[in-house]
Amino acid sequence: MTTEAIHDSHDNHDGEHHDHKMTGIKRWLLTTNHKDIGSMYLWFSFIMFLTGGAMAMVIRAELFQPGLQIVDPDFFNQMTTVHGLIMVFGAIMPAFTGLANWMIPMMVGAPDMALPRLNNWSFWILPFAFSILLASFFMEGGAPNFGWTFYAPLSTTYSNGSTAFFVFAVHIMGISSIMGAINIVVTIMNMRAPGMTYMKMPLFVWTFFITAYLLIAVMPVLAGTVTMVLTDTYFGTSFFDAAGGGDPVLFQHIFWFFGHPEVYIMILPAFGIVSTTIPAFSRKKLFGYSSMVYATASIAFLSFIVWAHHMFTTGMPLFGELFFMYCTMLIAVPTGVKVFNWVATMWRGAISFEVPMLFSIAFVILFTIGGFSGLMLALTPVDFQYHDTYFVVAHFHYVLVTGALFSIYAGAYYWLPKWTGFMFDETLAKAHFWCSLISVNLLFFPMHFLGLAGMPRRIPDYALQFADFNKWVSIGGFAFGLSQLIFLWVVIKCIKGGEKAPAKPWDGAEGLEWTVPSPAPYHTFETPPKID
Amino acid sequence: MSSKEYESYYVPAQSHWPIIGAVALFLIAIGAGKYVSVLKTGEASWGGYVLLFGIAMIIYMVWGWFSNVINESMAGKYSHQMDNSFKQGMSWFIFSEVMFFAAFFGALFYARMFSVPWLGGEANNAMTWEVLWPEFQATWPLIKTPDGTETTAMGWYGLPLINTILLLTSSVTAHFAHVSLEQNKRPQLKAWMWATVILGSVFLYLQVLEYQHAYADDMKLYLDSGIYGNTFFMLTGFHGMHVTLGTVMLITMLVRIYKGHFTPENHFAFKAASWYWHFVDVVWVFLFVFVYVL
Ligand code: HEM
Ligand SMILES: [Cu+2]
Repeated sequence: MTTEAIHDSHDNHDGEHHDHKMTGIKRWLLTTNHKDIGSMYLWFSFIMFLTGGAMAMVIRAELFQPGLQIVDPDFFNQMTTVHGLIMVFGAIMPAFTGLANWMIPMMVGAPDMALPRLNNWSFWILPFAFSILLASFFMEGGAPNFGWTFYAPLSTTYSNGSTAFFVFAVHIMGISSIMGAINIVVTIMNMRAPGMTYMKMPLFVWTFFITAYLLIAVMPVLAGTVTMVLTDTYFGTSFFDAAGGGDPVLFQHIFWFFGHPEVYIMILPAFGIVSTTIPAFSRKKLFGYSSMVYATASIAFLSFIVWAHHMFTTGMPLFGELFFMYCTMLIAVPTGVKVFNWVATMWRGAISFEVPMLFSIAFVILFTIGGFSGLMLALTPVDFQYHDTYFVVAHFHYVLVTGALFSIYAGAYYWLPKWTGFMFDETLAKAHFWCSLISVNLLFFPMHFLGLAGMPRRIPDYALQFADFNKWVSIGGFAFGLSQLIFLWVVIKCIKGGEKAPAKPWDGAEGLEWTVPSPAPYHTFETPPKID
Repeated sequence: MSSKEYESYYVPAQSHWPIIGAVALFLIAIGAGKYVSVLKTGEASWGGYVLLFGIAMIIYMVWGWFSNVINESMAGKYSHQMDNSFKQGMSWFIFSEVMFFAAFFGALFYARMFSVPWLGGEANNAMTWEVLWPEFQATWPLIKTPDGTETTAMGWYGLPLINTILLLTSSVTAHFAHVSLEQNKRPQLKAWMWATVILGSVFLYLQVLEYQHAYADDMKLYLDSGIYGNTFFMLTGFHGMHVTLGTVMLITMLVRIYKGHFTPENHFAFKAASWYWHFVDVVWVFLFVFVYVL
């Protein structure tokens, strides 16, 4: 069945039939256009990234030297907590949703997302949710200080006055994620152009498809978790209190049942992005497309049965320790398949090193380092030593910063010409890449050693023997923070003008998005393209 | 667009409903946040008012938004493909609701299988028991918590059993209503819908009676009566809220049926409401088995 989109324009008759967008703020508040909404998601996530980044700067400033010098310990804890919450839920996830919004309809040849009004709602909830979270800094007792994982009883018995606001902010943010995910799933299942069978979809689309399922499955569990925290704190329940028959460890089970799939929500789309850019700049087809699809699906499946690898030291029964150890190590298999496929795609390709490719190659190498440290953490006996040390911090920053974030940069540079109609400033962008690459490793690599030497995470002060490494880590941190401003500069410059971008600026690029002009017109594929 | 070679996919123009909905959720969140924060101190606050205002606003939004959708649908702007989008959207929404309940069922199973027996010294927890609460008896339902809060268990016979029968019957009547709609038998459709709505409402009424029984009579079964009371009220409470929502949906459908909406081919909203109804029924079956009977 073929379809043609009908764009409704009853409420503005400005004559321009094909570009009937409103002007000013109203355009953004009321829009149903996937490109507008995608742009808003991307800008929002970047603002959140800078906000969370500022908090990281406070953390690194405090840790520059041993001793307490800049902030008091409670405020330090608020910084680590809100930094984590903002980066996970405010920066990485919305950035991916923004990319999904912009690219998926174009990649599958659809006129828009399947449920455009719902799409607008999903986005606009986010600024409100994060305003609440940030406003809690000004409330009595300050912002949440129990870590982004809000373990009970820190978040219940010992929490400060703003916990209820935290809970409801997470609730509405979760509503936004679920609706956004439903929209992605429905768009992919129902809006593909005729002939675009599932196994012909770009891998980018596949990874978002699977990610959206993960979101629909686990965001409600997060909602349940925060609800129990709420009732334990304010209504006298004892889900997480042994005195009433509950168990604080139950909190960790429910949280990580959400939490581990959540970390894959932040990495599967990254796999999709680099699986798009690497073939484009290697001028070869993606090696092992179908194995990539199956690997993604099996990672998603396995992510539901490994959650307790975050809980090896809670005193689980031995069988639990073994089960979760082996299942976790099993994830390395499909992950390895992916890394192998990316390398095989580059093998004997005619590679050129444009900025998106630089970020993608860095992704492959550095994400693999993060995967290896994950594998080390997955070994129950050694995790007894590594758990809650800087080694864990190093691990998850390698997978999240040089993994997820770098892939977002790769994607952003890859599609910027399509979004703005102009080529970005290559020199500046390269500066952004090299500054980021060097500083990020200075920032996170020494953390491995700090962790192995026993420096605990989430502390504002530390023993003297960790001083030297911490100094270098902080310097790397400031440098990385500053380097991200270059990106802002590149983007603004690229929006303002530059060399005109052709419809397909990368000669090896494939996909429907390159068949439309740059910048992509406000409405694309009102009549579905033919796919063979 | 002139030749009808293509079926059309309707992409709505700008809409102000989503932003109204976002503001409404914002108000709900801060209102509820404030309201809950001062609950213990008993201080007066703006929380409750803002919360109520937010809820009113979201009802207004749902009303306006759905009216738009209904008008578009009645104006024939939708296609078969659009219908599919709605259906898939609704199914995945219901799936997300299933996962929400799964979290609370998870808590229930964990308490029953692990935390309560462990507090009683099972597995390798003999010392926990001996040192912390040597008086504690691990039983389910947990009628005396380690810190000594006492309560009684709600039996399954009586109200819960009647409620199970009511809800299961209502699932059947909802199904017959659907069949009647598909066969275009409007009088039967109305009758079956009335039956479903009435069964649902009676269920809710009995649920209220049960809560009164738990709180007011001698049962001493409260939300804060330890893990048994916690899981009992959170599970039945959230289920009750969902039944309420489902009943409101069914009543809306009934009104629309009287207005002459829906055709045997085209009745997405009706389907969605009935799926939702079947979903709350299935959840109840699990509740009945795991919260009441076992
Ligand atoms: C090869 C795959 C991976 C393995 C085997 C693995 C294993 C682990 C283990 C065992 C821990 C717990 C360490 C501890 O607390 O003692 C952990 C923590 C963590 N991992 Fe991974 N991981 C993998 C990939 C990823 C990916 C792809 C992400 C995200 C994109 C990620 C994000 C995290 C985060 C955020 C934490 C720390 C959570 C916290 O306690 O705050 N991991 N990982
Ligand atoms: Cu994990």
